[in-house]
Amino acid sequence: MWDHEIRAMASTHAIIAASVFMATVLPAALVRGFSVYGTHMLWLYSVSGAVTGVSVAVFWLLGITPPTKKHTVGYKLSRLFRSCLYFFLSCLFFHTVVVLYGAPLIESALDTFSLAVLLTSLTTLRCLCVLGPNVQAWIRVFSRHGAMSVWDTCLQITVACTLVGAWVGAFPIPLDWDRPWQVWPISCSLGATIGFLTGLVAAPAWIHYHRKQLTYKCK
Amino acid sequence: MKVRSSVFASFILICEVIGVALFLRGFFPVPLKSSFSSKISVKTGPKNPPLLPLITGSSPNSSRLPEPLFKRVVIMLVDALRDDFVFGANGRRNMPYTRHLVERGSSHSYVAKARPPTVTMPRIKALTTGSIPGFIDVVMNLNSPALLEDNLVWQAKTAGKRMVFYGDDTWVRLFPKHFMEHDGTTSFFVSDYTEVDNNVTRHLDSTLKRDDWDILILHYLGLDHIGHISGPHSSLIQPKLLEMDDILKKIHSALISKEAEGSLPYLLVLCGDHGMSETGSHGGSSEAEVNTPLVLISPAFKRKVGMEKPGVVEQVDLTPTLALGLGLPISQNSVGRVIPGVIEETSLRDQLRFLHLNGHQLSCLLKDSTPDYEKEAGFEQFRVAERAHGIWMKLFLDGNTSEVLTNMGKKVLKQYLEALAAMSSALSKQLGKYDMYSMVAGTVFVFQLLLVLLLAMPEALSGEASVDLPVLSALLSLPFYLLCLLLASVHVLVCTSAESSCYFCSLSWGLVFAAVAFSSAMFCILVSMPVRRNSPLRSGGGSEWSLSELDVLLLAGTVGHTLSLAASSFVEEEHQTWYFLLNTLCLAVFQDVCRKYFREQRGHGDEEEPILPSKDGHHPKAEVCSEKWLALATPPFTLVCCRLLRSLNQTGVQWAHLPDVGHWLNSSEHRTVLSLLAAFCLVLIYLLVQRRCSCVSKVALALGLLGVYSYRAAVGNVLFPWQHSGRTTSKGTVEARFVYVFILGIFFTGTKDLLRSQIVTADAKLKSRGLWEIYSGLVLLVTLLFRAHNLPVLCCCLLIQTLMAQFIWKKLHYDAAQTTIMHYWFGQAFFYFQGNSNNVATVDISVGFVGLESYVEAPAIFLTALSTYAGPLLWACHLVCFLSSQRGRSPVAVGHGCYCLALLRSVPAAAYIVLVTALRYHLFIWSVFSPKLLYESMHLLLTAGVCLFFNTMEQSQSPSKS
Repeated sequence: MWDHEIRAMASTHAIIAASVFMATVLPAALVRGFSVYGTHMLWLYSVSGAVTGVSVAVFWLLGITPPTKKHTVGYKLSRLFRSCLYFFLSCLFFHTVVVLYGAPLIESALDTFSLAVLLTSLTTLRCLCVLGPNVQAWIRVFSRHGAMSVWDTCLQITVACTLVGAWVGAFPIPLDWDRPWQVWPISCSLGATIGFLTGLVAAPAWIHYHRKQLTYKCK
Repeated sequence: MKVRSSVFASFILICEVIGVALFLRGFFPVPLKSSFSSKISVKTGPKNPPLLPLITGSSPNSSRLPEPLFKRVVIMLVDALRDDFVFGANGRRNMPYTRHLVERGSSHSYVAKARPPTVTMPRIKALTTGSIPGFIDVVMNLNSPALLEDNLVWQAKTAGKRMVFYGDDTWVRLFPKHFMEHDGTTSFFVSDYTEVDNNVTRHLDSTLKRDDWDILILHYLGLDHIGHISGPHSSLIQPKLLEMDDILKKIHSALISKEAEGSLPYLLVLCGDHGMSETGSHGGSSEAEVNTPLVLISPAFKRKVGMEKPGVVEQVDLTPTLALGLGLPISQNSVGRVIPGVIEETSLRDQLRFLHLNGHQLSCLLKDSTPDYEKEAGFEQFRVAERAHGIWMKLFLDGNTSEVLTNMGKKVLKQYLEALAAMSSALSKQLGKYDMYSMVAGTVFVFQLLLVLLLAMPEALSGEASVDLPVLSALLSLPFYLLCLLLASVHVLVCTSAESSCYFCSLSWGLVFAAVAFSSAMFCILVSMPVRRNSPLRSGGGSEWSLSELDVLLLAGTVGHTLSLAASSFVEEEHQTWYFLLNTLCLAVFQDVCRKYFREQRGHGDEEEPILPSKDGHHPKAEVCSEKWLALATPPFTLVCCRLLRSLNQTGVQWAHLPDVGHWLNSSEHRTVLSLLAAFCLVLIYLLVQRRCSCVSKVALALGLLGVYSYRAAVGNVLFPWQHSGRTTSKGTVEARFVYVFILGIFFTGTKDLLRSQIVTADAKLKSRGLWEIYSGLVLLVTLLFRAHNLPVLCCCLLIQTLMAQFIWKKLHYDAAQTTIMHYWFGQAFFYFQGNSNNVATVDISVGFVGLESYVEAPAIFLTALSTYAGPLLWACHLVCFLSSQRGRSPVAVGHGCYCLALLRSVPAAAYIVLVTALRYHLFIWSVFSPKLLYESMHLLLTAGVCLFFNTMEQSQSPSKS
């Protein structure tokens, strides 16, 4: 039914997944002593940066962003500004939630904030790309039966996968195995990334297999 | 038979408590204690070994104690020294000098069998007391790590021996002030295996030169650490063993050089506390973990002429051997028997005397521990041997030196040895072993009950809230009788063939038959329930069974928590699990709230909920709006509260050492802050609780809370504004009793209201007020018992309860099951917020003394249990109040809540006893899993009590309905 869209989605996701992969491999070739555990912050920022850049570029090229009514430069600038503001606010929101979950408040605050940045670039950024800086639309998409297009469903799946991945990633922290990946926030950021990748694969697949049942009301 | 689901749930829970109790009885064998069990009574008891009762008459000379065999003893204990490290094929390369001594020197070597748990601390206890310590010993002397039982070290100290100790600081903790000189090393850093041993060896040279000690104990940890790091076949093992060998050589040559002509010889003991499994860990009962070498070196022994196969002895046999060798009394709880090789070089008379002393001690212990000791074969043998000994003595003292006498003496010796072996094995059968049959029986009971509970779920949570149990048909069916017969025969079979003692077998026949009948009936019910369900209810399939995200979370959380109990770290850090789940729950609730209010606001009845806006239509607009924002603010507020409380008390193991707010508040320079905080909390508690109380109890509550503050001031935790220094702290008995009076008063008014609502007038309002009064009485009691710095926990608990009840549970129309699960989760989290952990050491025993002049057992235990489980209890009580006070709710809500609570509690309890059975040889079974088992069973007991309370509430509801 939405064969064209599904194909577009699959290729987009392939590009984003490749960017995550490259963000892991390239610094390893360029930077001496790079490793995912050892220089975790570097890896984290490289992944967030790569995902941010690639998603913005891909979605801009694809043009899924809802068409704006006005085309003035001022309006576009204000949209850009609002997007940046939302990005930052979302970082703060994730930081707060993670601290509420028990992350230390003062020590390793930078690590916590980096995790928040990663989570934001994996989830909120996608919302910004697909839905634009429009809170009403976000609330609609994330409420029950709120998806109005294939892209909305895809967004729901990837965001849920990422958050569940980060959530599951916190499980091994209390275990006494003394492994390098149990250090805060490595397991959580790895979990989030793996969840994100799973979501990238799962979303087109799920939509493909359920394309007969999917009906959107206010298309 | 149709029963209401609350009655059903309470019945199942009570039966489960019995099942778990049976399991516990099998899991923790009752320790064997001589009647003079503690050292205090030893002091008053007979210190010298008792005189020969039969022979003393014949000659006063015969009752003298034999001379000690050794002057100085050096015990070199190498942690995790396995028997094949010394006696095995590689032994010659690993420990050449030791091996030389074993083969050619004047020495005796044995394989000493350690008993599980093969962990250092119980092993040290076993080596010094000669008994086999059980976990229950650890629980019995909670706050004192020192060993209180009669033991070798204490006996040596009392006899004036001077002792020096270097090594693992467990010894220093077990025997404080016993050693003339000591230097403990911690085994905290497992990765360090050189420093720990160097710290011991560095004292050796100077100590060996001196003459001012009698007993030197060395405990080397390095080998154990290597085992934990890289296993028994690593390349690190051999250098470590060579180092140990060098140390042994050094000690031996020093002892030889010191030896003077005419004085008593020395004794050098090389032993291990436990072995090492093929993976390098220990704690279990495999051969490699249990077998340790025991090498005794002394010039008093005969020189060996080649490698012999070492004999097998029990590890505890070293205790009486050392005691007799040093001329000390044998520890009273020792189950060991003297190693015959050590005394074989002494005269026959002394040998017999040694064996008699050992036998006498064992027979005393046997007398104290077994009711029908006279039937024991060993006891009878000992009596016979003693009599023969008496006759031999008489002949010997008469000057008879014939061959016949020697032969007779040898015969007595043999009799003694047999008697000792029989008595020792009879004693150790009762000790340190899991009583598997009782454990399995308990587990089977609990699982049958749990399955019945689970199968009854659709009925119990239906609109009727009643369960139809096919009891009569089960009792009259043929399979029931066949099962009874089968189980009874299994019971007889097991009990007659069991080697060790078994609690379930020692029960009276009536009880056992009742248990068998109950179990078979349960089994029949279990089978017939799903069969019957299938026939009429085919139509009502699970088609409209849709789960919301919240349901998924609640189910996954419950199941996940149960599974997490299998990992020792998750048991140690269980609070993290609950905090994590609670946070997620709050976020999920937050999402629900957002969805409700924002969807509603967005489109007025555009899609699915056209009724909702009109339903709230009669409210003024402003009220709806403020209510909306309050509802939206509640989950974030709860989250913030939880985060603050979490930093109030650090619990668990890994992060317990981190500084927390509780310590900061308790330090003396912050007492003003603590006082202000406590006063603020008390005011807040008053404001939150008094809303729904009657006037009388409002006054009582206010006075009671004032009393609490003055109690805390009297004890010295907080400051009184108008009274300054110069008053010594008292126990605050008067103030506490003052509060107790008000608590009783509030309970009384509450009960009175409840009874009136039930009998005189069917007034729902009166009833809910009565319930709330009982709840506030409980709050006041907990306020009194909680420490001052924990009052914010109580405060937050009440605040969250009020807000959640007002804005979330009522408004979002959560059903009884969801509300119950949330209450349970909050209760669990608050259990840890107040500073508890799964370690027995965090139980605050001082609570048992509030308002009491001295220790009285029953109230002390009651108060301690209450204050420990305050969190879960308060939330469960709030659940009763909440569910029964709801006007709009269906009357079966209380029944549903009770059922859910029972299910929530019995699932982890049942899973946990299976886990513990499977992990009974785990390294951490005594330190981590067993305390948790005690906590689980205590919680189960309390939940059974709460369910009974539910039951009465529902009972009072049904007559008022009809």
